[in-house]
Formats: sequence, C-alpha cells, structure tokens
Amino acid sequence: MEYTLREMMTIMVAREIHNGDIVFCGTGLSMLAAMAAKNISAPNSVIFFETGAIDSRLEEIPLAVGDSRVMYRTSANGRLLDAFAAMQNKITGDHVIGILGAAQIDRFGNINSTVIGDYFNPRIRFSGSGGASDVASFVPRSIIFMQHEKNKFVNKLDYLTSPGYLDGPDGRQKAGLPGGGPTVVITNMAVMRFDDATKEMYLAGCYPGITPDRVLDNMEFKVDVSRAREEEPLSPEELKILREKCDPQRLIL
Amino acid sequence: MNTSLDKVMGLKEAIGKYVANGCHLSIGGFTINRNPMAAVYEIIRQGIHDLHLYVHSNGQGIDELIGGGCVARLEIAYGGNGKFAPTCIRFRKAVQEGTIQVEDYTNYQMSLRFLAGAMGVPFLPTISSLGTDIIDTWGFSKQLRERTPQMPDQKLVVLDNPFGEWCGIKKTVLVPAINPDVTIIHAQKADRQGTVRMLGLPFADIEQAKSAKHLIVTCEELLESDELRRDPDQNQIPFIHVDAVVHVPNGAYPTACYHYYDYDPLYLNEYAGFARDDGLFRKYLGKFVYGVNDHQGLLDLIGKERLERIKADPGKGYAVNLDRK
Repeated sequence: MEYTLREMMTIMVAREIHNGDIVFCGTGLSMLAAMAAKNISAPNSVIFFETGAIDSRLEEIPLAVGDSRVMYRTSANGRLLDAFAAMQNKITGDHVIGILGAAQIDRFGNINSTVIGDYFNPRIRFSGSGGASDVASFVPRSIIFMQHEKNKFVNKLDYLTSPGYLDGPDGRQKAGLPGGGPTVVITNMAVMRFDDATKEMYLAGCYPGITPDRVLDNMEFKVDVSRAREEEPLSPEELKILREKCDPQRLIL
Repeated sequence: MNTSLDKVMGLKEAIGKYVANGCHLSIGGFTINRNPMAAVYEIIRQGIHDLHLYVHSNGQGIDELIGGGCVARLEIAYGGNGKFAPTCIRFRKAVQEGTIQVEDYTNYQMSLRFLAGAMGVPFLPTISSLGTDIIDTWGFSKQLRERTPQMPDQKLVVLDNPFGEWCGIKKTVLVPAINPDVTIIHAQKADRQGTVRMLGLPFADIEQAKSAKHLIVTCEELLESDELRRDPDQNQIPFIHVDAVVHVPNGAYPTACYHYYDYDPLYLNEYAGFARDDGLFRKYLGKFVYGVNDHQGLLDLIGKERLERIKADPGKGYAVNLDRK
C-alpha cells in the first residue's frame, strides 16, 4: 500500500488523540489530524479552535482556524477570550491536548515559530505565536509536528516562542507555568517522546524503512535511540478515511 | 462618544475623518475572515502612512496595509493567511527588510490587552508565555516607549501572585491595555445609529471596538433599528461605542463574511503571487487598489460570476464545494 510521509504524519498525530480529549487545532495538518481522529478512533473527542469555535462539525476542511467552516454547528461560537480562558482554567484546560507546528525545536520541546536569525534583523520571519504560546503555557499535553531536518532540531532556538520544558525537569515550575508540556514530536521520519525524569527528547519509534541513524543525521543534537521501535504502518482503513472523508480535495495532503 | 441618531456616512468620508497619518489603528477579523477590506483599500488609496497598527491574528488586512506603505509599527500575535500564505508575504518582507518595526505577543495577550482598554484598567493578568522570549524580547526600545505617550514604558511585566498561591498560581504576566485612536470592524448587520450584529465568531472584534476612541463599522446590510432591536440578545455592540456606520456590501472581500460569502481562493492565490515580487506588487496595487475609485470598483473588476461562486450556502454559512486549491 502506497502512502506519502505527510499522510503517515497526519495519522501518527491522530493516533495520539483519545476519546474525551479536547483537541486544540491549528491551521493545516493539525486540523486534518483532529478530523481523522474523530472519524477513526476518537469519535468522542472535541474539536476546539482558539478562534472560539467549540466542537465544530467539519463537513469540509477549513483552510485556517478563522475559516467560516469552523463556525458551522458548533456547541457555541465564542470569542477568542472564551477559547483561551477555557484552556487557562484547569477545569476544562486539563482536558485539552494541543497540536502545534514549528520552525525550530530544541531537546526540551521548546519551539520557535517567530524568526530564524536575529529578532531585530531576521533572515526569515514566520507568522509568530498566534495562540501557540498560550496553549503551550496552559495545557497538560501537546503534540508537536515537524519536518525532520538538521536546521529544525537545533541546540539553541533563535527565538523561544512557546514553552516546552524550558531548561529541564523543573523549568516550567521555576518559570511559574503549570505542569504539563509536550508529550510527543511527530515528524516525517519518526516519533520522539520526552524522558519522564530528564524531560529530554528521545527517539521512541521510526517509520518503516527508516533507521535511527538516519533520524540522528537529521538533528543537530543527539538523542537516546535505545528505546526506538518500528511504528505500525498505516492501515487501509485509516488511509481510506483520511483520503475520502477528511481531505477528498487534497487541500492539505 | 457620539450620540447622533444617524452615523451613516461614505467610506471616503469616514476614513478621512478618523484615520490620520501616524494614528494608532486596530482592525478586526481573523486571518482570512471578516477583515474590513474595503476600509483597508480606502486607507491605502488615501495614502495614509506611519500607522501604528494593533492586531491579534490577522492576514489579508495587515498584509495589504503593510504592502501599501501605510504601516510604521505593528503589535501582533500572528501574520498569516491560512493555506494561501502561511506567513503573510508583504509582512514577512517588511520585517526582514526592516521597513516596519514589529513587536510580538500571543493571541490571548492581545485579546486581553483590548479587553483591558475596553474596561479602562491599565493591565490584566494571565500566565501565558512565562519563560519565553515573548516576555524577554521587546520589539520597541525603552527609549521609543518613553518618548511615545501612547505606549506603555514596558512590554510585559512578570509579577508574583499578590494573593500568595491563590488558584495554584505563583506568577502572572501583566499585559498592558491598548486604546487605539480608531478601530475598524466589518459586521454583517448594523443600523444607522450604530447597533451592530455579527454572525458567527466575533473573534476579538467586540473588545477591539470598545477599547477604541473612535469606531468605524462597515456592514453588509444597513437595517432599520426596529429589526435589530426585535432580537437584541443577538446584537454585540451597542451604538454608544460607534462613530461611523458605512454600508459596504462585500466589504470584507476577498476575505470571508459568514453567511454572506466565502473567501475568494482565486484572489488570495493571485495576490500571493503578486506579493512575492516588488514589481508585480506595484502593478497589483496600481490595478486593484489605486486603479479603482471605491470598493464597488474592485467588485466590478472581479465580476458578478466570481462573486456568485463564493456566495454562502444559507444552511452552512460558507460556499459548499468551492474550489479552494
């Protein structure tokens, strides 16, 4: 069965979503993964947008979190203030799982979506935080998806937009952030997780046909690979739902 | 505050009256939805410059204002246009080339800053972005802040929770209020006095509207007060906040307006192509902005057939099966 790495990534993100999760979706792949999870394994997950749309019925894939498609048949269309408050308060916030993309990530899962180069004279300017730094600050779990490239898995971020574990196991606590942080990094090659004790990233799994050495070749920092296993390939059912139900026009895929 | 019973005026007049060179402006909407585009194009046509612009997540509106040479400084959380431009192209270029000054916040911080302005308090607390460069890296220098009365002396302030560990929180981030000279929003419905009804997500438009010294509302439909007051719990902004009401059908085009029309994928894709090249972008402005007299002129250029294609399905609020590639 043939499929693209982008399809693999989307389903790998979807597999991390469970029934009862409130899924904070960003633009693009994260939205598609949330739709896939809802249609495949987590029908009782809640699709949540920072724009204020809660439990959208996504009959077509939105192309931005502000797309009118997120406003259709929600439980309520609130304001930005309502959406972020629902994540900052522990009562609902503890059930939220964030999905975030980034331009750079470091070993502690801190991410940069602002600039490459100097902030005042950047080589590349990106969109900026949007709601990413908010969700990464507030919620107990997040999924980060990235392209696996040496200049993206870096020793030091050019700008720390959204907090992971900051400088280590007690980094969030020292800064005044609630517990939590990223639980997994899904790339086009592999699945990385964070060690319970050190909060450092390690290689948890490679996609079929990809070796740990190849993963390491695409990172500036070294990670523990001793726990790496081969990830399950996509099932025909997962792929069928993703292609036919979630993104039939292939707008994201 | 304007107590007039009839605030309806033309867009040229409203922009000319309230939006001056160097003024502090905020615009509503979110990325590709309900940006006050007719007003944006009118600002560019009037050659207004050196604006200090505030937004949370904006797309087409800020990109055209920056590309049109109207913006000197920008306080922002996100500059992106969804799939059409993951990072707004003229925004990116302007920051990389140093032609505008930018300062970064988060969406929640910007929303709270407008709310603080609307409430009349100097700041509000959150725990967002503790430990990040959003707190430590200021886009605007201390000196610039001190000599600009409309800017607080600090960007963000981290404060130990003065209530001990009440609510399980030790530290807070204080975000300073924003009170723009002018906010411009585009709404679905309004009456002549300025009662406003938005459909779908209001984003942060309500807070942006209420924090401003002057508010311009452009609207799809201008209705009798009776019609809006029959169902007052559907209205979000009472007339006491409003200075000008401008009737501009398709006033958010080429961005979307829930239950009226979708974004125009063709326009946004073509725009992205023009925006990547300085020469092409000048031609774009020449034809689509300076080349027309008003928003109707742009709509005439686009043509009825294309507007028909993006018309919202009455049940769904967006254009079903629109080709969005």
